[in-house]
Amino acid sequence: MYRYDEYDQQIVDTRVEEFRDQVNRRLAGEMTEDQFKPLRLMNGLYLQLHAYMLRVAVPYGVLSSRQMRMLAHVARKYDKGYGHFTTRQNIQYNWIKLADAPDILAELATVQMHAIQTSGNCIRNISSDQYAGAAADEVGDPRPYAELLRQWSTFHPEFTYLPRKFKIAVIGSEDDRAAIQLHDIGLQLRRNEEGTLGFRVYVGGGMGRTPMIAPVIRDFVPVEDYVSYLEACLRVYNRYGRRDNIYKARIKILVHEIGADEYRRQVEEEFLHVKQLGIDPPAAELERIAGFFADPAFEDGLADDVALDDPEFAAWVDQNTHAHKKPGYIIVNISLKPVDGIPGDASAEQIDIVADLAERYSFDEVRVTHAQNLVLPHVKKADLKTLWQQLKAAGLASANLDLVTDIIACPGLDYCSLANARSIPLAQDITRRFADPARQKDLGELKIKISGCINACGHHHAGHIGILGVDRKGEENYQLLLGGSGAEDASLAKIIGPGFTETGVVDALEKAIETYRTLRTPGERFLDTYRRVGIQPFKEAVYG
Amino acid sequence: MVESLRFRDDTPPDEPAVTLDSFLDQSNASAVRIEPGEDVRSLLPLIERLRLVEVDFPTFRDGRGYSAARILREAGYTGELRATGDVLVDQLPHMRRVGFDSFHPRTPLDGAAVERALGRYDYVYQAAADSRPPVWKLRHG
Repeated sequence: MYRYDEYDQQIVDTRVEEFRDQVNRRLAGEMTEDQFKPLRLMNGLYLQLHAYMLRVAVPYGVLSSRQMRMLAHVARKYDKGYGHFTTRQNIQYNWIKLADAPDILAELATVQMHAIQTSGNCIRNISSDQYAGAAADEVGDPRPYAELLRQWSTFHPEFTYLPRKFKIAVIGSEDDRAAIQLHDIGLQLRRNEEGTLGFRVYVGGGMGRTPMIAPVIRDFVPVEDYVSYLEACLRVYNRYGRRDNIYKARIKILVHEIGADEYRRQVEEEFLHVKQLGIDPPAAELERIAGFFADPAFEDGLADDVALDDPEFAAWVDQNTHAHKKPGYIIVNISLKPVDGIPGDASAEQIDIVADLAERYSFDEVRVTHAQNLVLPHVKKADLKTLWQQLKAAGLASANLDLVTDIIACPGLDYCSLANARSIPLAQDITRRFADPARQKDLGELKIKISGCINACGHHHAGHIGILGVDRKGEENYQLLLGGSGAEDASLAKIIGPGFTETGVVDALEKAIETYRTLRTPGERFLDTYRRVGIQPFKEAVYG
Repeated sequence: MVESLRFRDDTPPDEPAVTLDSFLDQSNASAVRIEPGEDVRSLLPLIERLRLVEVDFPTFRDGRGYSAARILREAGYTGELRATGDVLVDQLPHMRRVGFDSFHPRTPLDGAAVERALGRYDYVYQAAADSRPPVWKLRHG
């Protein structure tokens, strides 16, 4: 994985000192909260309902064991002993004191981590495919390109006061595991007909209160031009994105209002100009970065089979692992979604255990997924059973990846000052209702996503089943949505009808799921059945 | 407290800046004031005549002025480029990088804080409108 050189380290260290200075000025009353807010936000520090929340960047979801141990340490020393992995592959601490924040950042800097631009109206953490560099279906490894973008976007002088936040995701496979079409910019690494490496560029996707699937703005941008091209995309947005209404300020609204063709025309014109400026890093820089992402020392000639004599182990292998590009190796998903758990939460002890296991069994690497789970990307098949036993002992072996209990949920009204309704207790209700492993397995892939307000941090628009918490006359109320997808077949979920109480929505969800069971043809997922039969049968079952 | 900052050796222009519309209508004005939302590229044909461009920031949150400044510098404008309005100490380093070389903040700034802010970062990651080399250049020459 990437390692800082003296330049990277000095920039991050300087940021710590700068932020310490800003916090001191705020604590001394030299700055108003209004002036301090954008500065602390640019460093991932939010004021929530009960305390400050600090969001630490996990660039493209990649962590070393040493970094994991630091995350556990921060959880123990400065928080209540746990952390929360987010849908943008970051980690959040919910109980932070303002005066501690500079010290936390100083500690993080010792393991080459930071909270730079994890909030604010700037380019946020670059996200990617959690299987990058390990998956068999990859055209190229997206991580070097994501790292180059991390550097390019860090303190970008022109794009730090954008109309609104800006999220970029990069993948290197046809299978989209990073929801790129629902990002402000999605980049898909691919080869054109001549075999040249470049990106398909999607611009203007997003969720929030006006969900949109991004159109393709350029089918192919050669890799040597992609920084210039993004610069052009951002400049058009910075100049012409709406600033009169915070709810219409994301780039998706600009692209929608002027149309993809006009946006493309403006970007292409700007690109012709920007490309002349010499701002693209040379190929040698990409090669330097790519060197850090070379394959670990895989062994050749390993046995490629796993003894599945233990049915519980077999079920976990079947559900939670994914094919690796190297024979004898496998990708392991660690579910952070136990029945009755808080989606994405991990205790300091669990984070430490995953760090140990990664060191022992996965070449020292951990990944965070946008579905709020963890991944050990390079596990030897021969080690799989031992690894599973240790995960099980730590309560980390839920065999439910992509099943009904693998729920994405935002922090909701338990933490968030924007929320209208709680998300976590509802997710817990659902996992209890569907706790039976045989039932989960029978229902197959079913992605439930819960947001506690219209801002959609829980990705409800992209859920096979989405749930949106709203406020109805002072009461928490939940709307049920069906048919969304954040994958390569991206689609937006539709509201099925009037909302429900917390118990009512779990009943309605169960009715919708049972309707699927009745109507499905062999091999059909919930989403497939929904797409084939439409919303009507589900409506009738839920409201009939 | 610092009322204004200037990073140029030439004599400050004394002609008052006029609005973009007036500037485009007049044949002899040499100072213009740009508001957010105005297209700075309309100035480019007249760039030889310009000695001062003021870019106003009604609120520090409105970042359009950063693009305006960089576009002018990219087009070869070498005259004074002044940021006015809600210019805060923490925005100065970015403003310098996109090409501003003078500042008339609405609220005076603390001189020591300005010095700290501008001298803080030894390295920058990306090429912009200033002469600072991005780290990729330092790495590869």
